[in-house]
Amino acid sequence: MKSKLLILLMLGSFQLMSAQKYISKSGHIWFISNTPMEVIEGHNRQAVSTLDVSTGDVAFMMLIKAFEFKIALMQEHFNENYMESDKIPKSSFKGKITNIGKIDFKKDGSYAAEVSGDLTIHGVTKAVSTKGTIEVKGKVITTKAKFTVSPKDYGIKIPSLVESKVAKEVEINVDTPYNSN
Amino acid sequence: MPELPIINHLKTNSMHLRVFLAMSLWCSFGVLNAQDLDQLLNDATQNATQTDYTTATFKSTRIINGHSIERMPARQLDFRISHRFGRVNTGSYNFYGLDESLVHLGFDYGITNWLMVGVGRGSYQKTFDGLLKFSILRQSKGKKNMPVSLSYFTSMAVNTLRDPNIQYFWLRMSYVHQILVARKFNERFSLEINPTFVHRNLVGTEIDPNDIFSVGIGGRFKITKRLAVNAEYYYVIPPANNFPSQPVYNPLSVGIDIDTGGHVFQIFLTNSEAMIEKGFIGETTGRWSKGDIRIGFNISRVFSFSKQK
Repeated sequence: MKSKLLILLMLGSFQLMSAQKYISKSGHIWFISNTPMEVIEGHNRQAVSTLDVSTGDVAFMMLIKAFEFKIALMQEHFNENYMESDKIPKSSFKGKITNIGKIDFKKDGSYAAEVSGDLTIHGVTKAVSTKGTIEVKGKVITTKAKFTVSPKDYGIKIPSLVESKVAKEVEINVDTPYNSN
Repeated sequence: MPELPIINHLKTNSMHLRVFLAMSLWCSFGVLNAQDLDQLLNDATQNATQTDYTTATFKSTRIINGHSIERMPARQLDFRISHRFGRVNTGSYNFYGLDESLVHLGFDYGITNWLMVGVGRGSYQKTFDGLLKFSILRQSKGKKNMPVSLSYFTSMAVNTLRDPNIQYFWLRMSYVHQILVARKFNERFSLEINPTFVHRNLVGTEIDPNDIFSVGIGGRFKITKRLAVNAEYYYVIPPANNFPSQPVYNPLSVGIDIDTGGHVFQIFLTNSEAMIEKGFIGETTGRWSKGDIRIGFNISRVFSFSKQK
C-alpha cells in the first residue's frame, strides 16, 4: 500500500519534471530594417524553440529560407546575397533566462524576463542580452523579446550601392508560444 | 529480536530503491535532457523533414532573348523595358547601331506561385504579345527530391503592321509552345534547355515553312553575387532554317546580368533584332561572322502587390 502510494507520488513528480520542458515549433521571429529609403521586413513562423522552466535554459533554431518577405525579390536577395542560406542554412540562439526564479509558471500573468546567451547568425556567434516578457496562460507559455543586431557584426556585407536602404541596426522580434512537452 | 525492524526497514528501502531505479529509467525516456533538446532542434530544422526548393536559378525571367525557368511569384509584377540597337557593323556614321533601336515593353504578373501571365508590345513588326508560363516541377532536395525544374511556356503574338496583303486577321497570328528544363548545378552555374515549337499563320512565301522546331540552350555563370554572365543559343532544326525567301540564322546572344537590388539590368550582344520567340526564332537575319551584332539591354523592375506581411 505504502509502496503503491510512493509509486503514485513518484509518477506525479516525474510528470512534473517532464512538464518543465516546453517546446515550440511555431516560433514567430521577424526582423525590421527601417531606413527612410526602404522598410524591409522578414517573417519566420517556423522557428523551433525549447524552454526549460526549471533552469531557464532557452534555445532557438530556424531555417533562413523560411523567412518570408512581402517582395519576392527581397527574399531572393536575402537568401542569395546577404545570408547565403545555401551555405549557412540556419540561425540559432542558446541562452538562459537569468531571472527565472522570479517567474511563477504556475500562476497566470505577464512577467519581465532577462535573457542572455549566444546568438549565431550567418555562422558568426556573438553574446547578446535583452529584456523580454513571459506570458503564462494556463498551459501555454509565450515568450516575447525585441533587440537589435548590426549586420556588420555578423559578417554580412552590405554593398555601398544599397547602403542607404539597409539599416545599420536591424530590429529583431521574437514571439514564441510554447506547449508543455 | 531487535534487528528485525532494521532488516525490514532495509528490505523496504531496497525495494523502494529498485522501484525508484526502474521508475527513473522508465521516466528518462519521457523526459528530455540537454542532448535531446539539441537533437530536437536539429531534427525540426533538418532537410529530411522539409523540402528545400532551389531558388534564383537565373536572375530574371529572361536569360537574354528567351525565357528562363524563373517566373514571377504570386502578386508580383515585373515591368520590363527592352531595347535592341542597330547592327554594330553599320559603323561610326550610324554610331555603331545606337542611332536606331527597337523597343519592347512588357508586363509579367504572377497569378499564383506556379502561373505567370504577361502582355507586351514590341516595335518589331508592331507586335502585341501575350504569354502564359506554368511552373510544373521545381528543383528541390530534402523530403522531395527533384533534379530539375520544368515549366511550360506558351505565347501568342499579333503583328499589327498596315499591310494590304494581309486580308484576314488570323493571318497576323503566331504561336509558340516551349518546354523549359533547367538545373541550378551550384551557386554559380545554371543550365537550361528549351525545346521550342513556333507556328506562323502567314509566312513570306508559299514555300517557307509555317512550323519551326528549335532547341534553345542557355546558361548563366555568376561572377559575383550581383554580376552574372549569360549566354543563349537557339538551334533551329533543319530544314526550317533554310527559308527560300530569305536566309535566316540561329540566334546567339552573350551578355551580363547586373543586379542592383531593385532592378536587374541585362546588357548583351546578339544577332537577333526581335525580343519575342516568334521573332528571334526563324526571323533572325543577322550573322555573327559578318559582324551583324546588335547591342541590347533589358531592364526589369519588380513591383509587389502582396498583402502578406
